Amino acid sequence: MSWWQKAASETQVTHRQRVWLYILATIIMFLLVIPTVIVIPMSFSESQYLEFPPREWSLRWYQEYLNTPRWVNATITSFKVATLTMLVATPFGTMAAYGLFVSGGRMSKMLFFTLMTPMIVPVILIAIGTFYVFGRIGLVNSIFGLVMAHTVLSVPIVMIIVTSALRTYDLNQERVAQSLGSTRIRAFFEITLPQLKFSIVTAALLAFLTSFDEVIISIFLSGGGNSTLTKQMFSALRDYIDPTIAAISTLMILLSTGLMLGLQILGGRGAR
Amino acid sequence: MTSDASASLTISVTELTKKYGRVFALNAVSIDVRAGEFLTLLGPSGSGKTTLLMAIAGFNRPDSGRICFADEDITVLPPHKRGVGMVFQNYALFPHMSVFENVAFPLKLRKISAEEKHHRVLEALKTVQLSDYAERGIDQLSGGQRQRVALARAFVFGPKILLMDEPLSALDKKLREEMQIELKQLHRQLGVTTVYVTHDQREALTMSDRIAVINEGELAQIGTPREIYNRPANQFVASFIGESSFIPLHRDDSGQLVHEGVAVLPVPNEETGKEWSLVIRPERLLLEKPKAKRTNGKIYFDGVITELVYQGETAIVMIELGNGKILTSRANTRAGDDVDSLELGQTVSVSIDKNDAIVIPGETK
Repeated sequence: MSWWQKAASETQVTHRQRVWLYILATIIMFLLVIPTVIVIPMSFSESQYLEFPPREWSLRWYQEYLNTPRWVNATITSFKVATLTMLVATPFGTMAAYGLFVSGGRMSKMLFFTLMTPMIVPVILIAIGTFYVFGRIGLVNSIFGLVMAHTVLSVPIVMIIVTSALRTYDLNQERVAQSLGSTRIRAFFEITLPQLKFSIVTAALLAFLTSFDEVIISIFLSGGGNSTLTKQMFSALRDYIDPTIAAISTLMILLSTGLMLGLQILGGRGAR
Repeated sequence: MTSDASASLTISVTELTKKYGRVFALNAVSIDVRAGEFLTLLGPSGSGKTTLLMAIAGFNRPDSGRICFADEDITVLPPHKRGVGMVFQNYALFPHMSVFENVAFPLKLRKISAEEKHHRVLEALKTVQLSDYAERGIDQLSGGQRQRVALARAFVFGPKILLMDEPLSALDKKLREEMQIELKQLHRQLGVTTVYVTHDQREALTMSDRIAVINEGELAQIGTPREIYNRPANQFVASFIGESSFIPLHRDDSGQLVHEGVAVLPVPNEETGKEWSLVIRPERLLLEKPKAKRTNGKIYFDGVITELVYQGETAIVMIELGNGKILTSRANTRAGDDVDSLELGQTVSVSIDKNDAIVIPGETK
């Protein structure tokens, strides 16, 4: 019996009958992935302009990126903001998720949804709102203001991940720890936290990426010496198009996929 | 370790009330647990038995009433200061720690020296027959082994009170029955006051020194397993424990309880109500041989067999009386008992010894 005639899964459907599905899935995969990966060859082009496929190869646009203070500064800003956002959003999001999960009830459900709104509301609205408010209190163009705004976006992500981890966690473990003589806070740190570790690390990395990839709020709130990389890319695209953008995009793809791969490996080990 | 009253404390619960919204989870419940006693809180789910256990452990704050360990009022003492060992339904072992670390956890909190800790953990593991498992991970243990680790962790630090919330309900029937006996032996060995929550009446009867039957937030009855089974105080206890049939009785002017015009029993106590019920435990309702002589010491019923269920060591025979009431008899299946020759629709006589008859006040459905 050839592969074609074998059942594709625990059904009567054979691979031959599934061929259309495989083709469709392949097309969809390409449509999803190509816009992302097309910048990679473009970034190694020798040409002044974005072109595909490149006629000549070179690393000049990577050199351009690393030798332009504007780009380097923006990169440093982005890393700073993303790291700070991660450091603020992760503990706050974790505390919010834990508190609301443990207390339960209608009130905490409402609070949960309130904290989720930044995920539902168009980001442009948040950007305009914070721009207006921060303008009044002098936080526009400051790292602090940018971190605050990005934290608002990242906290829901942290909360979703930590809450879903708590759903499979047995809170009786904390009760047992207390009955065995541990204070509640110690029970949280010694019993609950180690078991949420992987989810919290995941949440932290996603908070980092949320800030690092964010464009709209950054356009409104960052400028001058505190421009983020995404804001700088956006401005550059408007003024002149050269393959530096492709080089930076390639590096950003590398960073994102690198982090996600790292998570997968970590997760594989965590699950044992 | 031997049974020793000084190793345990009394628990006295006085008029304890806890409301969730408008519902009374506990309504003025008072129970005194003796030092070293194995007391079971038995009731259906939602009866308030777990709420009571959690109040004793310190995980909820009663609206009113008091809980004392010996003479000390601990009603609002936080759980970590109560020094009670606790075992939960789903074990609640710490999966990120080994068996040894789990059992050592309460000792670590008490800052006990490494050497002493090592010694006591191994001692506790030996008590629960898990000496060779100290270095195992929790995910490498079977259900019964996990239960033992949870137990060892609960008593390793020498608590004077042990609380257990349906600790065996996740195990299969055979293992559960073995663990019941083991728990009972462990209790005898440690001599620690134990409060045990279960909804399984057989488990309660098997393990307890005394049983407190809880229903709808109130104490329905407290007594030894024999008292609870043989002398249920009310209809709830009579129907929740055992599989009883009920026959309505009326009290006549001379103080006799009458069933269908025949005086069967005297009124057992001072109660003055007119309506009473006869509680018949199926294993005490015997099939009469045809044409057997009737005696004064028994109450007889005649009826038609409507159902026969063979269950191996016993068989269930359901008999419909002339008035439509159905009685259940659990008959032995020994050759001499002739159960095999019974047929549906057959007319039979059944009897219960007056000493086995239970009478409770009030009418029953």
